[in-house]
Amino acid sequence: MENQFSQEQQNCCEVIVVTSGKGGVGKTTTSANVGTGLAKLGKKVCLIDTDIGLRNLDVVMGLENRIVYNLVDVVEGSCRVKQALIRDKRHPGLYLMPSAQTRDKSSVTPGQMVKVIEHLKEQFDYIILDCPAGIEQGFQNAIAGADRALVVTTPEVSAIRDADRIIGLLEANGFKQMDLVINRLRMDMVRRGDMMSAQDVVDILAIPLIGIIPDDENVVVSTNQGEPLVGSASPAGQAYANVVLRVQGKEVPYLNFDKGISFWTRVSGIFHKA
Amino acid sequence: MRHFFRRKSSCQVAKDRLKILLISDRVNCSPEMMELIKGDIAKVISKYMKIDAENMEIQINTKGSKTGRGGKPSLFASIPIVDVSSMADLKPNR
Repeated sequence: MENQFSQEQQNCCEVIVVTSGKGGVGKTTTSANVGTGLAKLGKKVCLIDTDIGLRNLDVVMGLENRIVYNLVDVVEGSCRVKQALIRDKRHPGLYLMPSAQTRDKSSVTPGQMVKVIEHLKEQFDYIILDCPAGIEQGFQNAIAGADRALVVTTPEVSAIRDADRIIGLLEANGFKQMDLVINRLRMDMVRRGDMMSAQDVVDILAIPLIGIIPDDENVVVSTNQGEPLVGSASPAGQAYANVVLRVQGKEVPYLNFDKGISFWTRVSGIFHKA
Repeated sequence: MRHFFRRKSSCQVAKDRLKILLISDRVNCSPEMMELIKGDIAKVISKYMKIDAENMEIQINTKGSKTGRGGKPSLFASIPIVDVSSMADLKPNR
């Protein structure tokens, strides 16, 4: 990916929570790729895994062997914040704060999360919080310190219903900026009328679209290898690279996974309006 | 649901189901309740004009905002009128 935007100075740190309600729709994959993508553009990024007891972001990032301290240690004061941060050697400026595997959600409170984030804000351009599935305490912890949200969904009834619930909860918690990532879209199925299109999902959830990620087997390969595919030549890699640019406020046309150009123009039209 | 269910794509089925589901999720109002409200509205309007009750739709949405979010919820009804000319000679006590 070109480094064209890295010279721009970020004035303050932006804290983004990646959430979905339903599990398995791609929160962790999205967190890893957006975080890595921002770091590739020269930003200082801190990824925080807030899924206490079921940590995943470390393996998706390929950093699982380097964990010494974790989020719960920081909160409990067993280590300094800096000690729990794992530096990703492949990308300067990219750090991960892993979650604890042997503890439960009640080990951290929203107030403690806010404190940790406030501390990290001084050193980073972006803090990305990988939210656990569900709407219980883990969710409350993850959203406590965030300024904006990426809501991940797939074009399925159950995922959309949960996303709608999450959007309602985010609104009730005072979130002003929520953007939609539609994951695992299959154009062949959309064409057959067997899958809701990105437009359909946007119409239903009624929040601004920020990314359409095609269903791509390369995502599995990249997870196997512990290397986020953002910026690679694969369809999902390209789509995530565009999400990264849009997160920074750039206007990027939507990729054409299909011949129906008018459709994608329509979708991107929605994005520009929002 | 309606007459032509055989021809409906699974995508359309999903959209229709979500539409109804999310209304009740958002305002805590059950689909049954919405059907009752719809039936009563149709009954009242039918007193004054000929409407296509089969194809009328009611929705709880957010006033003014096209997004349906972030405001006071309002009830929207879309009621197709079958015969516009019948409105000219209204018979108040049909």
